[in-house]
Amino acid sequence: MTERLDQIFVWLEQWLVSFLPGSWRPMACIVLSVVAIICLFPALFALTTVFERKGLARIQNRIGPNRVGWLGILQPVADGIKSLTKEDIVPLSADAAVHFLAPVLLVVAVFMGFAVLPMGRNMVLVDMDAGLLFFFAIGASTELSVFMAGWSSRNKYSLLGAMRAVAQMISYEVPLLMSSVAVVMITGSLSLTKIVAAQNQYTWGLPHWYIFTPWGAAGFLMYAIAATAETNRSPFDLPEGESELVAGYHTEYSGFKFALFFLGEYLAMFSISGLGTTLFLGGWSAPLQALNWVPSWIWFFSKLMLSIFVFIWLRGTLPRLRQDQLMNFAWKFVLPLTLVNLLVAAAWRFFGDGWERWVVCSAVVLLAYVGMGWSGMRRGHFGPRSYRYAE
Amino acid sequence: MLGEGLLKGLAETARNFAGSFVSKERLTTVQYPEQRIAPIEATRDFPFLVYDGDDWQAGMRCVACQICEKECPPKCIYIVKSTDKKPDYVGKPQFYPARFDIDISVCMSCQICVEVCPFEAIKMDTEFELSTTDRFGGLLFDREQLAKSNEYYHRIHPTEAEAVDAVLAGAKAKAEAKTTTAAIASAVRGAEIPAHPAGDGD
Amino acid sequence: MTLGAFIQEKNKPEGWNRPPAMKPDGDGELLEVAMGPHHPSTHGVFRMDVSLDGERVIRLKPVFGYLHRNHEKLAEGMSYLGSMPFTDRLDYICSLTNNWAYALAVEELTGQAVPERAEYLRVILGELTRIVNHASSIGFLIQEMGASGTPLMYAFKARENVLDLFEALTGARMMCNYMRFGGCRVDASPAWLEDTRKVVAGLPQFVDEFERLLTGNEILMARCQGIGILKPELAVNAGVTGPMLRASGVNYDIRKVDGYGIYNRFPFRVPLGEHWDVYDRFMIRLLEIRESIKILEQALKEIPTGTVMDSKAKIRGFRPKPGEAYGRIEAPKGELGFYLISDGGPNPYRYRVRPPSLINLTILEDMSLGQNVADVVLIFGSVDIVLGEVDR
Repeated sequence: MTERLDQIFVWLEQWLVSFLPGSWRPMACIVLSVVAIICLFPALFALTTVFERKGLARIQNRIGPNRVGWLGILQPVADGIKSLTKEDIVPLSADAAVHFLAPVLLVVAVFMGFAVLPMGRNMVLVDMDAGLLFFFAIGASTELSVFMAGWSSRNKYSLLGAMRAVAQMISYEVPLLMSSVAVVMITGSLSLTKIVAAQNQYTWGLPHWYIFTPWGAAGFLMYAIAATAETNRSPFDLPEGESELVAGYHTEYSGFKFALFFLGEYLAMFSISGLGTTLFLGGWSAPLQALNWVPSWIWFFSKLMLSIFVFIWLRGTLPRLRQDQLMNFAWKFVLPLTLVNLLVAAAWRFFGDGWERWVVCSAVVLLAYVGMGWSGMRRGHFGPRSYRYAE
Repeated sequence: MLGEGLLKGLAETARNFAGSFVSKERLTTVQYPEQRIAPIEATRDFPFLVYDGDDWQAGMRCVACQICEKECPPKCIYIVKSTDKKPDYVGKPQFYPARFDIDISVCMSCQICVEVCPFEAIKMDTEFELSTTDRFGGLLFDREQLAKSNEYYHRIHPTEAEAVDAVLAGAKAKAEAKTTTAAIASAVRGAEIPAHPAGDGD
Repeated sequence: MTLGAFIQEKNKPEGWNRPPAMKPDGDGELLEVAMGPHHPSTHGVFRMDVSLDGERVIRLKPVFGYLHRNHEKLAEGMSYLGSMPFTDRLDYICSLTNNWAYALAVEELTGQAVPERAEYLRVILGELTRIVNHASSIGFLIQEMGASGTPLMYAFKARENVLDLFEALTGARMMCNYMRFGGCRVDASPAWLEDTRKVVAGLPQFVDEFERLLTGNEILMARCQGIGILKPELAVNAGVTGPMLRASGVNYDIRKVDGYGIYNRFPFRVPLGEHWDVYDRFMIRLLEIRESIKILEQALKEIPTGTVMDSKAKIRGFRPKPGEAYGRIEAPKGELGFYLISDGGPNPYRYRVRPPSLINLTILEDMSLGQNVADVVLIFGSVDIVLGEVDR
């Protein structure tokens, strides 16, 4: 029964495809999966916009949108109608073709990233041997679309905003990759399905998720920081900050194109969280062996939504970093830590099973983190202060 | 350690998030207009003219002394005095306003008109949902729109209205006492035995 | 001139000289940007014409006057009492302290005495206003840094309780029009005092929450420390007052210096900053909230019974004798002063407001030169101005 529920989508697809003649079936299978992804993730995006607004509102002790539909759940419908009915203004001096293609490229690139994520047992669209490589390659082309947006607007400020955004995204690509390399090293494969399978083992009922290892925890932290910066979320959202001088690369976009940028940003958040879940949180595997009766796709999506919730939480709490501080942070703190993490992962592998490797690896990771943090604060001359009172 | 302050901040936010579901103190939103906050008694919005009794014209306390018109800082009151008089609450004939306009789009709710009125005739209302689509006359209130009864005043500002009533009652009692003594005095004077008729020999 | 040489030149002690415009190093041309008057982070209608070399500010010219409402000229045609509601609208967040300063000036002109209970009420309301202002100011500063308004919402939640108190006593939440020459307009009932005690009892928890959210936050420290340094000599020369001056290390609090009202009965401490930057200004405000809470607790305990208005005080036909007076208080933003010249008539001959926001704004350029443009917004926020006061 649970087996059936777990594989229900696979079974549904096979059943639908069985109506077609034999030679059409593989093609129909792929098309059906693609349609499913294209329908599912924008629906999730709509839900996330409501959650974000309500989550931020609750953090600020107020109620979020609650007028449209029960608990405001139809708010994205209202927002969608609004953005579709707005006039689509293209500046006269703008490069029209590039201006049009930029949001399209963003959305297409992000959707392609979903193709390699294993969303449940046997539920990956394309089971590539180098799935991780494919994901990062496609993910990098989102940066291209940001630059296209800034360039085609022929607006000084948009261009500056786009440059900043691209610089930020490029700087954080390296830590993103380096933290995933540790996972590849330990698993021995670039295929995402194999990475999940490696984590889907249990000792004493507890899973072998990589986040429960010292190098995995550190790697996950670096990955999370880099992911937040890649998707331009707070505290790294200077390129789209409203209270800044430069208004951002999507200034000249209105109506549906702006909605596409928005969609692209959130979908990028989903896909990067999905990848993080696959790499560090065990993908679709259950947290306890006893809970294996719950379908695997429910686990995957719960972990995904949990990551989204953490994104929203961070946005509601933290002020944003200035551009140069952001870059300093990436190159002088996160990157060295990811390199140290690689060494620690290697040490973990070659130590062999036992408690020694836990102690040594944890100690090295903690030492590196604390040491770099302390020197970073010292270099920037900041720290907590105490104040004296006049006599 | 780096990140400690951030984690403390995150914990604080999480506490607020969770708290907003359970405690009314955290989530203080009042969803207007379905829910409203209980009105505070002393609140002041725009002025109105008090009248005693049922007839707003006969019972209006205002005697058109025009002090409030002079003292109003943004000059939003316009008064035209009447030519005849009508009796006030102690019976003394007083002028009344033939015209008393307040432009509430100019009024800044400063309450100086209330402070300077010697006759307790103008008080502050608590109505604020006065939006109108009539741009040119909709916010110019005339005498009739401004006249509200003393019962209404008691409803919106109970403590203040009671104090005012006490003052007026005291003034009325004093006035009555004065008229009574005056009546007695004039009666006494009237009944005073005129000079003895000459030639009355006692 | 290179940046190094420029900084060396800036570090020389100097008087109030407007610094020369810098020539950008390299061959880049200057980017001239007008920030405002429609801008999400200028607190009101205010414009800053900045010239940028890349990200660095070379020149900054503040342009204001968008909110000028002729307050001082209007007062010449109005009675003394009639100007009182207009003083509410100067620094519209802190209307009660504006009222107090004006009442103080007129009382100095006429030599009126103020009853004890009225003095205590003035202190209570003044300190409540200070707390509200500092909390909002910190909230707005963090909002500009991009925390999507969370600390601002917390500050506003605390402010709502105080505004309800104001409404129960004075009749209005913001434009209170409460102080009069010779006392206060109405007395406070024991129920109101009890409510105030409850609100004040809840304030330390709010300040603790605020502190936990903000101090020690590394991002906040990284953004605010070392930015917008204002040296003490320059601050004193420019006439800066208020928390900005104290954050630059100068011990000058008019509540201690003048001891107006009954402030010398309250032992409160004056915090001073040592690094003179934006972080210090915001922390000084936080510490001042705590000191205000102490004053409030003491005042609420000691408030005597009695009247709140001098019984011989006239409301209408108020004609002070000819003369001049300057009444000043420690408003939450700085030294708020009213200068009045009376010629014996019912209207003042000259009515002048010394706006702390305007005077604190004059060294905005000096603080911002050489800084990143993203920091200009923060430096401006740390000056804590209200355009109603700047433009009057």
